[in-house]
Amino acid sequence: MPDTERFWPQGDVTRIPYWVYTDPEVFAREIERIFMGDGWAYVGLEAELPNAGDYKVTRIGDKSVVIARDEHGELHGFLNRCAHRGVKVCRQPFGNTRFFVCPYHHWSYDAEGRLKGVPFVNGVKGLGGMPDDFRREDHALPRLSITSRAGVVFATFGEAPPLADYLGDSNLHYFDRVFDGRALRVLGYSRQLIPGNWKLMFENIKDPYHASLLHVFLVTFGLFRADQRSNVKMDPSGAHALLISRRGVQRSSEHTRDMSNLKEDFTLADARLLDPVKEFSDDATVVMQTIWPNLIVQQQSNTLALRQIQPRHPGAFELHWTFFGYEDDDDAMQTRRLRQANLMSAAGLVSGDDSEVIKLAQDGISSDPGSSGVLLMGGRDTEDVDHMVTEAAVRAFYRHYRQVMAL
Amino acid sequence: MSAPLDAALRAELEDLYARYADVLDDGPLSDWPGLFTDPCLYLVLPRDNHDRGLPLAIMRCESRGMLADRVTATRETIMHEPRYLRHQITNVRGGIDDNRSLSVTANYSVMEVLYDELPRVLSVGRYLDVVERGDDDVLRFREKRVVYDSVLVPNTVVYPL
Repeated sequence: MPDTERFWPQGDVTRIPYWVYTDPEVFAREIERIFMGDGWAYVGLEAELPNAGDYKVTRIGDKSVVIARDEHGELHGFLNRCAHRGVKVCRQPFGNTRFFVCPYHHWSYDAEGRLKGVPFVNGVKGLGGMPDDFRREDHALPRLSITSRAGVVFATFGEAPPLADYLGDSNLHYFDRVFDGRALRVLGYSRQLIPGNWKLMFENIKDPYHASLLHVFLVTFGLFRADQRSNVKMDPSGAHALLISRRGVQRSSEHTRDMSNLKEDFTLADARLLDPVKEFSDDATVVMQTIWPNLIVQQQSNTLALRQIQPRHPGAFELHWTFFGYEDDDDAMQTRRLRQANLMSAAGLVSGDDSEVIKLAQDGISSDPGSSGVLLMGGRDTEDVDHMVTEAAVRAFYRHYRQVMAL
Repeated sequence: MSAPLDAALRAELEDLYARYADVLDDGPLSDWPGLFTDPCLYLVLPRDNHDRGLPLAIMRCESRGMLADRVTATRETIMHEPRYLRHQITNVRGGIDDNRSLSVTANYSVMEVLYDELPRVLSVGRYLDVVERGDDDVLRFREKRVVYDSVLVPNTVVYPL
């Protein structure tokens, strides 16, 4: 379908046409321009591969990639696809090896993705073998550039500026607030295949308007509410965003009238489920950060998690959660993080609302790609604001998206 | 070293697991916490976390109170599509640890039916349980670790497994 048929209503970002969530050609262009393009994609934590020879397999967009630490401690990344016949070279999610050997014809690669071995390259008993002009160096696996900040590893197939410039001042500040140089401890993973377009996940985390309404649990316990002091901040490009807020109390106010689901009478039978303690120097108790193209950094009270978005096709993405704490957490803090994790994950008392509503959104959108959604809350602009009743960060995301996608 | 189960104890355990499945599939969900001791430990763990010794569970309850809070939230606060669930619990096996407690393992699968969709496997895995006989002579779960092989969850686990 030529772009002229992809009509963007109003010509701005106050309307989002539904074909961006359903069209396979748009999805293919997203993979090429957004995930294989010039952005830093999150790929893992250094704590996941501490030793020489350690590797992990993850995805950027719909592409399987290997992140490997060589014998000198350097991190490398390459496409997990044998140069010979396209077979996935690496099958285990984590491991340790000197060489990555394709299971099919045993072509082997080092930690930098360089082709090191081809069995029978000179034939057998003078028969067969590769032509004389075959050069192993012509068949290295496509490489990724890697950068790492305070133990968080990003990779790109394209050309991205230094990470600090990429994030911009406010996003860098809040990134460094969680990743402050302390050694990280991985607490575990949760994975879910959400039957919706990947952008709906970003929109959800960039949209504080829904949090006071959809998330009855958050509202009821005062964890995130429209009447609390809050900020929405973007980087200059609009690609990345921050929702920042401060915990309140469980009570009604003149502003909770519209929150029809507030359950004032729901008190916890075991209060240990929600026993947050202050652990950062500022007064923010929730910071939800979205980093283009595939990462959500979540700090909700004492649950810290990275949510990696891995698109599978226009109508589904994997949400891959990595929960973490710090090596210097005491047992009480670790238990607190594990208890509060009840709110998040594939069975989250709060995040479950989001995965369910994203499916309902995709269900509604799919049958009518020519229609469009409305993003007018808080006005038409894409500027930072100090309240939650806005969709500015979603508009900013689409401003950047339209530029990158040339749509 | 645990002693083997006799036929009567086996039948009693089968009843406990059948009741567990009934409460989750047909309700009332409010009866679910009563199948556990207080305190207790209920964990729903992706198998890769379990195998690698990572503690993160997608549900974690340490008392009947926390189980009851999960029930209240599931009924009253989580927005979710209506669905039917059906547990199949098989291969119940284990041994007697002492005169009060048993270590029991069982396989499970849970089918999920959304109103407009064909049935699908929501979760498949094992229960790694410690069952205790109370002063009232009733068997209850002191520990239940739901270790699920189906680590890529089809959207959302709304109800306990």
